[in-house]
Amino acid sequence: MSKPKLALYWASSCGGCEIAVVDLEAKILDVAGFFEIVLWPCVMDFKYKDIEALPDGDITLCLFNGAIRTSENEHLAKMLRAKSKVMVAFGSCAGDGAIPSLANFYDKDSIYEYVFKTCPSLEESSRGVYPETKTTMPEGEIEIPVFWETVKTLDQVIDVDYYIPGCPPQTFQIAAAVEAVIDILQNGKPLPPKGTVLGAGDKTCCDDCTRVKSEKKIKKFYRPQDIITDPEQCLLEQGIVCMGPATRNGCEALCMKANMGCRGCYGPPEGVLDQGAKMVSALSSVIDAQNPEDAKKIIDTIADPLGTFYRFSMASSILRRVQKKNNK
Amino acid sequence: METQIKSKENFNPRIVAFLCNWCTYTGADLAGVARMKSSPSVRVIRTMCSGRVDPTFVLKAFKMGADGVMIGGCHIGDCHYSEGNFKTLRRVEFLKIMLKDFGIDPKRLRLEWISASEGDKYAHVTNEFEKELRELGPLVLQE
Repeated sequence: MSKPKLALYWASSCGGCEIAVVDLEAKILDVAGFFEIVLWPCVMDFKYKDIEALPDGDITLCLFNGAIRTSENEHLAKMLRAKSKVMVAFGSCAGDGAIPSLANFYDKDSIYEYVFKTCPSLEESSRGVYPETKTTMPEGEIEIPVFWETVKTLDQVIDVDYYIPGCPPQTFQIAAAVEAVIDILQNGKPLPPKGTVLGAGDKTCCDDCTRVKSEKKIKKFYRPQDIITDPEQCLLEQGIVCMGPATRNGCEALCMKANMGCRGCYGPPEGVLDQGAKMVSALSSVIDAQNPEDAKKIIDTIADPLGTFYRFSMASSILRRVQKKNNK
Repeated sequence: METQIKSKENFNPRIVAFLCNWCTYTGADLAGVARMKSSPSVRVIRTMCSGRVDPTFVLKAFKMGADGVMIGGCHIGDCHYSEGNFKTLRRVEFLKIMLKDFGIDPKRLRLEWISASEGDKYAHVTNEFEKELRELGPLVLQE
């Protein structure tokens, strides 16, 4: 019997998810032994046309990381969906948009303007040269992918079976998920219900955090560089914006162990539609103010609340993007 | 609430109002019983306390086509659950800052303390809010 086929693809992503897979160390040999890897552009040389030539549903498992930002990302997502039996949104970019979807604070024109015209590190000769999607060369016409206005999550363009959140997903969680998949395939066990979040819990990060938590009354928020924090006490109580209350657990509270507030990378917990809105709700309950003026003063000490609360979930949030300036 | 194509001409604002069971909802009822003229654009959703209104509800209302969202609760000090409306006032302050950053005019979110006996205030506030929204025009969200 031939081996089940595995595809790993990166769309709009940083490559951190690939590193997390490679961090499986010796276990990666089990993966390579069990599966036939048919696509992994970061690590090995494959051609898209070979994937296109496969029959539909031929790939058993596809781990897709990265958000959908260009026409190429969307094309590959649709192609891999057709060719794969099980599609997994791997990492926070594919699941919630994450860092690439911070581009949804801007639009294509303003991003192009900065990147190709006003950015200080541009060489003078290339300043103001914008990319053309189609260019005619002596050898013929060449094309580059089209850049979308709005970054999307994977499940906004194709049907997704499972999610493995994290930026990147923790290696021990990937190992557990991969072992579970191998177990299911080898022993003919049933697959978990569609839409299941694998490799993470269904509570919040606070649930895993070992810091001492007492009643919270916050008078001022600090940026991490402005304060020396107590290593035992809840960071939120000390005025550090910690996304723990609005973030899914699964990382074993790594950032808090390193004296940093949770950044929110595992995305919203089970049943939460909008991570940022939940964070507004959580912080509003602990701000020590009895009138709107005091509340505003305290909230104004948070640097960039929108960017902080939606750092990892702008594309999957209810509003999905910041409205353009001409819109009310 | 179905999403419709909104045009500036012939625009009737859609207002979603989350009203607390103990004060503002009863106040709205009083306005009706007393036959006061209040805005027909308001779609009332009754909640047990204004503190029950999760910021998610507000964002979702805008997403589903509301042009304005109103939250009504008991006056400060009168909350049936003693401090639910303190949470509301902090949330609304916070949400207004978030809405501004989202590029949505914060005037589209309105917080009012209306007691059960203030039917006239309910009528006045909803009429005024409708007028303000007419001036702002329809909220058309980009995807």
